[in-house]
Order: sequence, then structure tokens, then C-alpha cells
Amino acid sequence: MGNKVISPGEAGVAQAGQAQDGQPGFSRGMVGISNARGAGTNQAPPDIKVSIRELRFYYGKLEALKGITMDIRKNELLTIMGPSGSGKTTLLRSLNRLGDLIAGTSVSGQVLVDGKDIYGPGVDVAELRRRIGMVFALPVVLPMSIYDNVAYGPRKRGIKRRALLDEIVEQALRAAILWDEVKDRLRDHAGRLSGGQQQRLSIARVLAVQPEIIMLDEPTSGLDPISTLRIEELLHELVERYTVILVTHNPLQAARVGGDVAFFLLGELVERAPAGVIFTSPRDKRTEDYITGKFG
Amino acid sequence: MTRKRDERARDRAMTGVFMAATVLTIGLLVYIVVYILQKGLHVVTPAFLLESPTEMGRAGGIYPAIIGTIAVTGLAILIAAPVGVATAVFLTEYTHESAVSRLIRFGTENLAGIPSIIFGLFGFLFFVIYLDLGWSIISGALTLAAMILPTIVRTSEEAIRAVPTAYREISYALGSTRWQTVTGAVLPSAVPGIVTGIILAVGRGIGETAAVIFTAGASLGIPASIFDPVRTLPVHFYILAREGISMENAYGTAAVLIVVILLINIGAYWAMNRFAAKSNV
Repeated sequence: MGNKVISPGEAGVAQAGQAQDGQPGFSRGMVGISNARGAGTNQAPPDIKVSIRELRFYYGKLEALKGITMDIRKNELLTIMGPSGSGKTTLLRSLNRLGDLIAGTSVSGQVLVDGKDIYGPGVDVAELRRRIGMVFALPVVLPMSIYDNVAYGPRKRGIKRRALLDEIVEQALRAAILWDEVKDRLRDHAGRLSGGQQQRLSIARVLAVQPEIIMLDEPTSGLDPISTLRIEELLHELVERYTVILVTHNPLQAARVGGDVAFFLLGELVERAPAGVIFTSPRDKRTEDYITGKFG
Repeated sequence: MTRKRDERARDRAMTGVFMAATVLTIGLLVYIVVYILQKGLHVVTPAFLLESPTEMGRAGGIYPAIIGTIAVTGLAILIAAPVGVATAVFLTEYTHESAVSRLIRFGTENLAGIPSIIFGLFGFLFFVIYLDLGWSIISGALTLAAMILPTIVRTSEEAIRAVPTAYREISYALGSTRWQTVTGAVLPSAVPGIVTGIILAVGRGIGETAAVIFTAGASLGIPASIFDPVRTLPVHFYILAREGISMENAYGTAAVLIVVILLINIGAYWAMNRFAAKSNV
């Protein structure tokens, strides 16, 4: 697949500037911006949604991503599989720049979304995060009603009109296959929902801001098998309209979900192939050991 | 067998010690409250609350001191609450933990440890003399605000820190700006703690004597503006008792003060529970 091949254009990617502690604000000074990027060398083909080039991510001195290079196609379902500490979550957090929030982190390399470097100057980080939605590992609801949870994002985008909000909330809840269960109690506190419902509410919350990419970080890790199955089925509906990135430590889940699987280990991308290929004939010994349960 | 019996005896003894300490604490509070109320409550009549004092306070009521207390404390809270909450928001949401934020926190904590008489002296020299605000509500309120500021910063900071990080991450991940996240996801959950801190600061401000006697004055008139001097309840009590004007009325004033502070503390708990009930399902 040529995932780890570095094209000549990236040879000069500069190292990240160190994070400056004590800076008021994380958006400035926290993220190193590589400068020596060859203009025009990374013109992605139109069906490439995200293009990651030599991405390195540091927590202080610890290198959590060790030069990741891979592409994510439009409307594909990509599963990122790997044990704890392999950098899966860090990868997601560097795609929507949520890693900026953590003190002492720095980034080098490039992440192009629709061909535009998200770590480049003049990027609207809030808008970037809206376009790249994220569902977290544990279902967490904001301490407000079901309706207000879903309407949170749209309201922050300035949508005030009641009828429009109602419509957005209903559509998002329908798309997350939660509408029928909650339509009669939208004003209830969201904390009253079950874990599986809360996780679908989290997905609805993301859908309500009309993202282009949806990243799910171990979305079923705290859920029972039936809720897990529901979420997995939901993924297949989502991929019709969105680019979906699923993170899981569970090879069985990766196999069930299908699509391409990228195996991460200790901050490196070991290999990437369609699920049918990676689970039948992995190229790397480490992948084989992981999917056969020798470690992890 | 014997060892077990020893352990059980020690267990019982220590239970007794802890209970005795608790009884002592509660007992002290009850004793003070009952003593003051017993000595003072009988002079507290509607007239006592609504009339101006005569003969320097030997007769008449405490109405101007009530007005003075409300004015000074109220204004102090209006000044200190926004500044204190803003400082807490800055320390928690706008900076990472660093040498600078530690220095700011160290500074506010030291501010809290300064004796109130020093605040009084500072307020007198700075607000009353240097800024030429004279003995006035505004001088007293500014001094009191400086004094209760650390309490508000500290309680607000704790309340804000207690808000789960997940709320912030959800908000940011949905494309909210920092301001939207602070107002939409963080502060609503922190409000109970912040309100409690502010109410407790009110309680502390109302009872403050040393900081206001030098700055708000001891005038018994009814103020017409915030630039007029006033006398607060604790100052009135202090003068009545210190000058031996009327112990009767001094205890009456103390009784009013204690009841008000108790009510404020009850209000703080009520607010805290109410908000807590609202936010936790």
C-alpha cells in the first residue's frame, strides 16, 4: 500500500517548535508549525479527504506518533486498530486539533483535509473541529436535556430559530437511530438515558453540527453487546454520508465492521489493508500476533 | 484474644474522642448563638430595626447601620464577584498550569491570609486619603472587596476545576470557541459552587469590622450616595460596647448580625443543594 513511503516533497518538513509552558492560551505557541513545506507537492487527488504526512505528536518529550503517513478517502470507513498506547486516540486528537488543549504537546508533519493543512496559519480551529466530529470513548452527556445536548452545537453556531433547531435535533436523532426512543421525552435530563442511548446521543450531537468526518474513539468500550451491535450497524449508515474513522482495540470489532483496517503499534502505523485482507493474510508478523491474540 | 480486645477498646476510645471533638465544635457554636440571642433578642423589635438611634445609640434603633451594612457589603460583592470569577476562569480555562498561574494562586492565597486590620489601614491610606474618596460606602466597599476577593477566586476556581474535562472536550470538539465553551459547558455546571462561595463571602463581609471602620467611617446618618460615610452593624456593635454606651443595644445589634449571617449560610446551603439537584438528573 506504500503507507510509509515518504515522498521527496516531505523530506524538508521541519521539526516542531517546542511548546511554551505558561502561555495564556493553547492555540498560540502550543503547536509547532512546520514551515519548509513544498508548495504543490501535496495536491491530493479529489477522492482523498484526509492526507496525513509524517505526522509526529509529542507529549512533552514523549513521541506518541512516530511519523504517520496515510490517506483517508472520502466516504470510507477506516478502522484504526491497536492496543492501548499505540497512539490511536492521539491520532484522532491531532486530526481535530483537540490535542492543542493539552499542555506541553507539540506536532510536526502535515495533516491535509481537503488539501488544506490544518496546522497551517490562519486555520479556524473551531470550524475545523465542527467539520471533523468526534465521539469519545465513554458516553458523556452534558448536564442538560436530551434536546439541549443535540442543540448545543447548532446553538453555538448561532442558530436560534426554534423551528430550525427542532428540525436539526430531530434529523440528528433519527440519523443516530435514537429518535423513536426519546421523541416523547426530549426535555428529560440526558443523564436518564442508558449507556447505549447516551452514546447514540453523543453521535447525534456530532451529527447536528453537520460534520464531514466523524471520528469515533472506542465508542462501544463501555457498552453491552446489544448496544455495541447497534452502534456498529449505525456506522454503516453513517458512511453513506460521512467519512468515518473508528478507533478500536478489538480486532473482532474491526473484522465485523469491515472497511480498511490500519494497525497501529507504539505510535507507528504497522500496516493497512482491507479487513478481509489484513485478517486473512497480514503482511507483518506483529499484525498477525495481535489479531491472533498473542499480545494486546 | 487479648489483642483483639485491646483493639476494640481503642476503637471505642477513639470513637469517643472524635465524638467529643464534634460535640465541642457544635457546642461552641450553639453556646455563642444562644448566649447572644438570649442577651440581645429581647431588644430586637420592629422599631429597633426601623428607627434611627438617638443619644449615640443608647436609645432608638439601628436602621442606619442596617442600611450601611447592606450598602457596603452589597457594593463590595458587586465589585469582587465579577473580578473574582473572571480571575478564576482565567486561571482555569485560559492558562495551563504554569509558574505564572502558580504565582497568581500563591498571591491570592496570601491575600487571604492578611489580617483585616491591615486591609483597613491600606483602604484608609489608599482609598480614603490618596484617592480622596473620604470615609464612604465606596471606600469601605472597595476595601472589603479586596478582602473577600481571594475567597471568591478560590471557591470559584475549585468549582470550575470540578467540572468534568469531558464537558470541555465535547464542547470544543463540536466547534465551540473557548468563550462558548466556558459559558456553555463549564460555568453552568460550576454555578452552584461559585454561588456558594459568593454567599459565604457575603457572610464574611457583613461581619467585618476592622476593614470598614477605617474606610466607611462610623457616621450614623442615612447615606444619600455611595460617597457618604456609613456605620455598619459590627462597627455599631463595637462602638456601643467599646465606649460603654449601651450593652443592651450592643447585644441587640449582635443578635441581628448573627441571625442575618445564619440566614445567609442557610441560604448558601439551600442554593448549593438546589443547583446540585438540578444538574445531577
